[in-house]
Amino acid sequence: MKRYTIFVITENFIGILNRITIIFTRRGINIDALTASESRLEGIHRITIEVTASEDTVIQLVNQIEKIIDVIKAFYHEDESVVYQEIALYKIPVSRLDGGLEKIIRQHNAKIIAAEPDFVVLELTGHKEQTQELLEILKGYGLLEFARSGRVAVAKRMLTIDSFVK
Amino acid sequence: MKDSMIRGADIVVRSLIAENAEIIFGYPGGAIMPVYDALHDYHDELRHVLTRHEQGAIHAAQGYARVSGKVGVCLATSGPGATNLITGMADAQIDSTPLVCITGQVASHLLGTDAFQETDVVGISMPGTKWNIQVRRVEDIAPAIAKGFYIARSGRPGPVLIDITKDAQQDFGQFNYQPCLGFRSYRTHIPIEKTAIQEASFLINMAKRPYVLFGQGVVLGQAEAELKAFLEKSGIPAACTLLGSGALSEDHPNYVGKLGMHGNYAPNLLTNQCDILIAVGMRFDDRVTGDLKRYAKQAKVIHLELDPAEINKNVKCEVAVLGSCKDSLALLTSAVKENSYPEWMAKFKELADQERATVIDPDLTPTKPGLTMGEVIHQINKYKADDAVLVTDVGQHQMISWRYFNYKKPRTQVTSGGLGTMGFALPAALGAQMYDFSRQVVCVVGDGGIQMTIQELGTIMQTKAPVKIVLLNNNFLGMVRQWQQMFFDKRYSFTELDNPDFIKIAEAYNIQAQKVTERGDLQEAIEDMLIHDGPYFLEVVVEKEDNVFPMIATGCSVEEVRLS
Repeated sequence: MKRYTIFVITENFIGILNRITIIFTRRGINIDALTASESRLEGIHRITIEVTASEDTVIQLVNQIEKIIDVIKAFYHEDESVVYQEIALYKIPVSRLDGGLEKIIRQHNAKIIAAEPDFVVLELTGHKEQTQELLEILKGYGLLEFARSGRVAVAKRMLTIDSFVK
Repeated sequence: MKDSMIRGADIVVRSLIAENAEIIFGYPGGAIMPVYDALHDYHDELRHVLTRHEQGAIHAAQGYARVSGKVGVCLATSGPGATNLITGMADAQIDSTPLVCITGQVASHLLGTDAFQETDVVGISMPGTKWNIQVRRVEDIAPAIAKGFYIARSGRPGPVLIDITKDAQQDFGQFNYQPCLGFRSYRTHIPIEKTAIQEASFLINMAKRPYVLFGQGVVLGQAEAELKAFLEKSGIPAACTLLGSGALSEDHPNYVGKLGMHGNYAPNLLTNQCDILIAVGMRFDDRVTGDLKRYAKQAKVIHLELDPAEINKNVKCEVAVLGSCKDSLALLTSAVKENSYPEWMAKFKELADQERATVIDPDLTPTKPGLTMGEVIHQINKYKADDAVLVTDVGQHQMISWRYFNYKKPRTQVTSGGLGTMGFALPAALGAQMYDFSRQVVCVVGDGGIQMTIQELGTIMQTKAPVKIVLLNNNFLGMVRQWQQMFFDKRYSFTELDNPDFIKIAEAYNIQAQKVTERGDLQEAIEDMLIHDGPYFLEVVVEKEDNVFPMIATGCSVEEVRLS
């Protein structure tokens, strides 16, 4: 079992996300995180799926995804062959702000992106290990809310989607 | 401008005609009524068959598609009409049958409001279709139907669902039909890689005990002649899967029999003795392979396959030859040496003789008093036409019919292979017969399965389709009973049936019927049935507790195939 990133290049049609996710559901495989966005090309979406599985399983998932009529191309990467980021937001009560917290924010390169009378919101962008580490620390500071995005990623190899879109 | 506009419902019908549909199977209801109204104007161009249940409509469309090689079309209303198609879609999906299913849907302003007969059929059918779409605007109807037909019939065929809202059927739009010729996200033609052919032919030319397994891909790819040429040049023995039957005549010298749980003895056993396994248009279903961990581990596998998702799915292959087997077999035939394997062939023969003595002879020429299913098929073989179509349901009679029916021509085998849908046979036989009234269509069915769709006798009565129905009645759900006997200590839990008088039922539908209980009457009854002009119902009362052998029990290896 290993962590893989699956990229899906697809037409932007209704139901496409459903078609993709049922391939995972049917095999009882959990999707760790998923993000969907427009690609560089108009009308074409890219979906990034993070999954923990064996390589054999991931190959089958990718083959089945690519079989979906409206999917243009699907491929998978190990963590080492993608550049990826995730964003995390942490809501902390103002009453807990002190010098210790300021130091933590500096050490982790986090930012305060909103300050309200009762709380502040911190932002940290990075890999899951980093956002998780800050999460564990902030639990000691009365953390009110936490949200983390799925992975946004680009592949390291020099292959663009144009070659699949003709 | 308005003059050139036609109703969406007319666009549906004219699109079907533009796709050369000749016949559709369906059942009307509220949300599809505009299309039914339009059909009334096109009696001459497009025949509609009213089945007695939507499941009957889709199985009939499957039967039609399987024998004709064309796209089967069925029509149903929203809600229950649509959900009644689901079993057939799942069946067509797993057996790669090209279908276009059109369902009516509630008007678009009612979508998502739990309106009367509203169901999210696009959502429900997503995993059971090759593609589906909901059409909510009249201008989208023709393009959706064009795309649907293209997807259903191209590549690896499959079922397509087009759900059309009632308002789209009622609105007016222009009709200018443009057939679909392809689109960027869907590749249908895969050019064969030369290196794959080189690698495959290298392995084949070195082989001592090569072995070909062929499946329905040969039929779907119309590669029967290419398969035959390849086998004749290479001299390799070949066995077929359930749905591959008919791709090669059973009289062919290279043909060694059938694979799988109830296939033949030699083809299963020797899978684990070959050195090169050449799989052609088949997908290594678990009913073929038995325990994968002990399946052909000694062999190098060459897989000729159109669907990339099938490569390495169940069995890892040494060489994958992607693309239509019509192309790859032709290339491979040029690349392989002329050869013969007399010793290897003799092994098949030797084991076939064992099977004949232990299983086949007692099945076909029994000495015990009760009639066997096998002897019924044996008699049918004597009188059937070479191109007779055999349609079967699911269970013991299916396996026995498949084992003993003498397949000589492609597209003579119609059965529910992958899904194992009881109730499939009667409507599928009707559909197969509707394609061609002059061809013999024999529907062999059990007493369990026939009662799942027995209402389609009404459709047979109305269409006068001359289907020959052979009911093999053992008053049991025989296959389940066999498993209960073998694996559940003979605890016959809910498998014995109190059956109705089937002859009276058939006669109530105005279908000529006869019942046979004695061996002496069998031959004449089958002769009578096959020469009868019109539909015929023959009930044969067979031995209650016969079992189907050979058998590879679940979890066993192909080499553990049992003769008793």
